[in-house]
Amino acid sequence: MEKHISHIAGNENQMKEITQGASSGNFSNSIFKKFFLEVSMITIFTLRFFKEVWKPPYEFNELLRQSFLIGYKSFPLVGITGFIIGLVLTVQSRPTLMKFGAVSLLPAMVAVSIIREIGPAITALIFAGKVGSGIGAELASMKVTEQIDAMQVSWTNPFKYLVVTRVLSATLMLPLLVVLADAVGLFGAYVGVNLKGSVSFHLFFSQVFQSLEFKDVFPAFIKTFFFGFAIAIVGSYKGYNANKGTEGVGKAANSAVVFGSLMVFLIDVVAVQITSLFEN
Amino acid sequence: MLNKLIFSETDIKTETDNLKSEYVLEMKHLKKSFGENHVLQDISLVLNKGENLVILGQSGSGKSVLIKCIVGLNEADEGKLFILGNNIEDIKAEEVIELRKKIGFLFQSGALYDSMTVRENLEFPLRRQLHSLTKETINSLVSEALENVGLSDSIDITPSELSGGMRKRLGLARTLILKPEIMLYDEPTTGLDPITSKEISKLIVEVQKKYNTSSIIITHDIECTKLTADRIIVLRNGICEAEGSYSDFENSEDEWIKSFFEK
Repeated sequence: MEKHISHIAGNENQMKEITQGASSGNFSNSIFKKFFLEVSMITIFTLRFFKEVWKPPYEFNELLRQSFLIGYKSFPLVGITGFIIGLVLTVQSRPTLMKFGAVSLLPAMVAVSIIREIGPAITALIFAGKVGSGIGAELASMKVTEQIDAMQVSWTNPFKYLVVTRVLSATLMLPLLVVLADAVGLFGAYVGVNLKGSVSFHLFFSQVFQSLEFKDVFPAFIKTFFFGFAIAIVGSYKGYNANKGTEGVGKAANSAVVFGSLMVFLIDVVAVQITSLFEN
Repeated sequence: MLNKLIFSETDIKTETDNLKSEYVLEMKHLKKSFGENHVLQDISLVLNKGENLVILGQSGSGKSVLIKCIVGLNEADEGKLFILGNNIEDIKAEEVIELRKKIGFLFQSGALYDSMTVRENLEFPLRRQLHSLTKETINSLVSEALENVGLSDSIDITPSELSGGMRKRLGLARTLILKPEIMLYDEPTTGLDPITSKEISKLIVEVQKKYNTSSIIITHDIECTKLTADRIIVLRNGICEAEGSYSDFENSEDEWIKSFFEK
């Protein structure tokens, strides 16, 4: 284990040295170099995750604890956001649909929007803000206060204990949160429809489920696993490789959110392209 | 008598042959660099059984890197390291891990796990290393460790509620709970008031006597050195500059050493 860890750590250290070297030379050149080196380091970090995740010992207790913290503790925020998004989207869409005499299509339109795109994307962004930054800050503070080193001298693999458990939890919990956020968002939409009209609960949800197809639900659900994985891996990478004391903690939390959100959009673009290939 | 340390291969070999059974730890020509920064340039030293060896030096002289090389947090670029008579290059990785499990490390900051209570901090190394322990045994070991450092009343609080001195003592308890043969202390009194520093220094001596541990204490605190040191080595620019007892250093005529020891 030790040799393996030091080998990978060696790769990461080498990359760091190159990154530092890249700061010399002309400005635009060094920015490109730094960008590609950062991408390379995240790739190495991700490969290490896939290598470690299969190896025993499996940290089930920590995985459960993290799932509780990441999943259950995020639900109130995600739920409130989902409700507001559903409500606001309905209220804002109504006047436009009225112009075309298509108010009756409101439940179907809102349902497709929420399930296909708004639910997963907004939940993932909220998740990046709450969980991504949390992972980044927590691991960074553990790094600068030598807690990660202390774990290593207790002969616990800190990568497995801290990173693998968090990334797995986030990957599994975000899809569940998106399902819950979609449900609460649709309820918000029902409330929004009833603010300026009267539609029964049964009728509203009948229209919602009639309008939804497998191709709306399935790809949207699958991409949330990738969102969760990307957010957690970026947050973990930023935290695990933090330096420069308390300043490094702030930077790690900040860049975990920025890069995590960016990853959500990038994955979304790819997912939409793949989905459209199957639809055509 | 204060010795300037210029170890040659032959000197070390002779010393090793004479006292091999007494050495718990030995380094030969250890080198470590970070890029162009040559932190450890040529370190050779031995730690005798039951001894408290204090390594003194200015900030940045490579003291912490030196003990991190011993536990494997940093990997030396060159040189040999013997732990309990075994050259770690000649044995399997699993055996190195087993040997290093006999080493305790007290971090400068205590490195306590913030998300865990005092009890959980102490249980963590036990559960990771000694899987077969029953709950009762774990409880009694935790109680004993806390009693040793005078923190029995703080078992169910989190480290953030502890003072600096208490955090250091808890860090020490967490390290001692596995009964290591060799203890490495990284600046154990840094950031503490003189009274607490004295308490921690006395605790280090008590630990050595009670568990018959051999210790390397990294510090630049002269009071701590005076209280704990059986032998002192001074590091300067990545090499062992001088070695001797406390009184040797106190009476030294060397200007740099005098500036270190003057009160």
